[in-house]
Amino acid sequence: MNKKEKIVHPYIPNSVPEIKAKMLEEIGVKDIETLYEDIPESLRFKKEMNLPEPFPSEYALKRHIEQILSKNQTCQENLSFLGGDCWQHYVPAICDEINQRSEFLTAYAGEPYEDHGRFQTLFEYASMMGELLDMDVVNVPTYDWGQAASTSIRMAGRITGRTEILISETISPDRLSIIKNYCRPTIEINLVQYDSKTGKLDLEDLKEKISSKTAGVYFENPSYLGCIEDQGKVISEIAHSHRTLSLVGTDPISLGVLIPPSNYGADIVCGDIQALGMHMQFGGGLAGFIATRDEEKFVMEYPSRLFGITSTTVKGEHGFGDVTYDRTSFHDRIESKEFIGTTTALWGITAGVYLALAGPQGMQELGQIIMQKSQYAMKRLFDINGIKIPFEQSSHFKEFVVDFNNTNKSVKEINKSLLENSIFGGKDISGEFPELQNCAVYCITEIHTKEDIDCLILTLEEILS
Amino acid sequence: MNKKNKVRNFHQAKWDEPVIFELSNKGERGILFPEIEREIEEIVGDGISKLPENMIRKQQPNLPELSQMQVLKHYLRLSQQTLGADLNVDIGQGTCTMKYSPKINEQFANSPKITELHPSQDERTVQGILEIIYNLDLFLREISGLDKFTFQPGGGSQAIFAMASIIHAFHESNGDSEKRDEIISTMFSHPSDAAAPTVKGYKIINIYPNEDGLPDIEALKKAVSNRTAGLLITNPEDTGIFNPKIREFTQIVHDAGGICGYDQANANGILGITRAKEADFDLCFFNLHKTFSSPHGCGGPATGALGVTKELIKFLPVPLVEYDNEKFYFNYDVPKSIGKVRAFYGVVPAILKAYSWIMSLGSEGLKEVSQIAVLNNNYLLKKVLEIRGASAPYARGRHRIEQVRYSWDKLYQDTGVTTEDITCRMVDFGFHMWSSHHPFIVPQPFTLEPTESYSKAELDEYIAGLKKVVEEAYDNPEIVKNAPHRSVIHKLKTDTLDDPERWAITWRAYLKKNKK
Repeated sequence: MNKKEKIVHPYIPNSVPEIKAKMLEEIGVKDIETLYEDIPESLRFKKEMNLPEPFPSEYALKRHIEQILSKNQTCQENLSFLGGDCWQHYVPAICDEINQRSEFLTAYAGEPYEDHGRFQTLFEYASMMGELLDMDVVNVPTYDWGQAASTSIRMAGRITGRTEILISETISPDRLSIIKNYCRPTIEINLVQYDSKTGKLDLEDLKEKISSKTAGVYFENPSYLGCIEDQGKVISEIAHSHRTLSLVGTDPISLGVLIPPSNYGADIVCGDIQALGMHMQFGGGLAGFIATRDEEKFVMEYPSRLFGITSTTVKGEHGFGDVTYDRTSFHDRIESKEFIGTTTALWGITAGVYLALAGPQGMQELGQIIMQKSQYAMKRLFDINGIKIPFEQSSHFKEFVVDFNNTNKSVKEINKSLLENSIFGGKDISGEFPELQNCAVYCITEIHTKEDIDCLILTLEEILS
Repeated sequence: MNKKNKVRNFHQAKWDEPVIFELSNKGERGILFPEIEREIEEIVGDGISKLPENMIRKQQPNLPELSQMQVLKHYLRLSQQTLGADLNVDIGQGTCTMKYSPKINEQFANSPKITELHPSQDERTVQGILEIIYNLDLFLREISGLDKFTFQPGGGSQAIFAMASIIHAFHESNGDSEKRDEIISTMFSHPSDAAAPTVKGYKIINIYPNEDGLPDIEALKKAVSNRTAGLLITNPEDTGIFNPKIREFTQIVHDAGGICGYDQANANGILGITRAKEADFDLCFFNLHKTFSSPHGCGGPATGALGVTKELIKFLPVPLVEYDNEKFYFNYDVPKSIGKVRAFYGVVPAILKAYSWIMSLGSEGLKEVSQIAVLNNNYLLKKVLEIRGASAPYARGRHRIEQVRYSWDKLYQDTGVTTEDITCRMVDFGFHMWSSHHPFIVPQPFTLEPTESYSKAELDEYIAGLKKVVEEAYDNPEIVKNAPHRSVIHKLKTDTLDDPERWAITWRAYLKKNKK
């Protein structure tokens, strides 16, 4: 092929010179340049963009990309115990099958008619989450847990007309960073201490800090440090006695065995659905949910799309559409509740598939397996000389803190040695919690076999001996 | 399909598919999880009894119970009742840049080399994906002329929010943030250009279009003051008209002490033609799910890639991805960082897909994308204006960039048929036709954006669809007003959706409110 001859790229059909000419003729201009008449010379970019030589052939492109990706080492090729806001769970084949369907993958913002399936799947997603959470309203998912928590907080601010939020110190530092930026400068954030023995919220500190300016008390269950907070009812009562809302962040995959936050008084519940059928994707699989009771004062404060079921002109036919669309920034750019745009709908559809596959029995069994395996891992780790489990007296779901201070090695050194043995050790939280220097958060899920856990233990024993 | 008039004898899949709860049969299972090893059970017991009594869920969640094939079938049927860009001539969702999302890029993103990466892995184990993130940053610097990009925002609106946050941080660092409490935007910019900075506490001044459809520069001059924090503006706006005075806009705002954010969510007509830098913007963002081909996914996951000039790098969310000539690494040392806007590093599969798309096209290819998108748009404009009852307000006789906001006002005056009616009828021929962002400044609006992906034959088919519906509107308006007839469902009764007594956002709420 003559290299100078311009290729007709497979993604650009009307590049064919004859078609191009015909269309120009139809428009009545001599060249495409004329169509840019409104862009003044002074704003024109005169040079060529300095981009690498492309790979127009699909095969060459595949070679190029695969060569780069081959430099990654994955949690499939290694044994990973990383958690902390993104988790390795099993993804059922049908979850991938559905979210890779052309129809769902490439639809966007069609009407309730030609996109009926999009509306129904997202309504069903919200409905199944509603069962898991025991709440009647769930949004079309937002970006991630951080955004879901931030919006829950802003909703509480609007509902109560107050401007302060109390947040449990055990929150994920990254999430706190998102919340702080989202609330600044409108809402003041203050932290409530946790009990250093149990990892649970310090109720005395809460009572001291809560006041008539507090819009909400936000805590997470299980927390970023892995502890299960069993004082939820008391915390909600303290909040409610100050006309403050109780806001709880939760991991929905724990709710087959743990009671949902609405059952201990939570008014707004949020969290991430990544665990429900999304691959980790280096953090790309996250998506946030927000749930409340079906009360107008809550519903009207959501910025999100809310899809509702309704009827059509044909008797017995279900249809779906936007509930109270006028709240959203699509309707009113100034008076709206926060803003809405493209978020994570496809992950919502996928989480719906996951919940439909798992069913009530599956969610319960899964929760139980995870608890048994993590308890086994904790027990084995506890038995290693020098290793401590800081909040051992509390119960945990899938994550827990491991303290390496008495091992004469830092988490960094230990994780380096583990990596040499193809193990990704727990997340180093030394930089995140000054009081937990040289500690790591380990995560155990259903994907870990006894053999995997034993392998971790044996390797750690060798490293630490 | 009748090739002569090019309108399909279409009917969308109509499965009459029940809500999933109605398909439940007690005891059926869709997936089994690994069983617990006997040895573990012997050591730790049932796991549950370690929980405090008050935390144990006694009542199983009332999820539906279906076998695996039945779940699959339900969702496949619902997928068939969704009309993605892979199936229709998806040029009717103007502003959304519905282009081809290459399948090879899906294969890359579905590789375990991407899907099975945990974001907290050691940097040494993720050099491949960091290389892609870093190089996409370099590409976008070249495309925009700005100096550093972050991919953290999970969509255009979150990128706008991040821009508003950086504007706030910038003025805060000058001790000016309380005084500078106004953001200026325009009515034909995306609604989030006003709504997102409002969350940041800003008062918004919206500039309305003049008779040419361009934001009124005189109104801008009046709007700026020592309270101006910044400008957030789309260009071309929803009308597809390029604002030739855009550098005067940034100049006016800069002179008043504000900084300028360019909403380039949709930059599909201007790649390699004009850039944020030449228009003197301090920030800009591109939607990787629009211009850069990552699929829209029914509304995400997505990425708003946010770029800034050198002076503003210190405010970007952490971490930044850097390269020291040996290895790629995360840089958390960003002195005045706004913190984080989304967890970790963004929607990584979208970053990979955009990288791959650019690597397939290169500099010349990107320019060709834009030129053909503009060619297609002006061809469509010519054809739409030949349709009875249609018009393209503003800039009469001028050409447009990548999209046009049209009007059916004449048709409505003639027949009483509205944009919404036409939208519903277009569905019967397998098409979308979107109206407009609110408020409807253009009466009876519709917005078309043909991108570079559709062939001339496809554009002609869409035009034939519009012509057919317009003919019906004049000859037999009832058929249009009562549409759709050949879609999945018939016309919705929407009054329940705004009534707190009757709206139902979940199945359980529906059952309660309908006493079932």
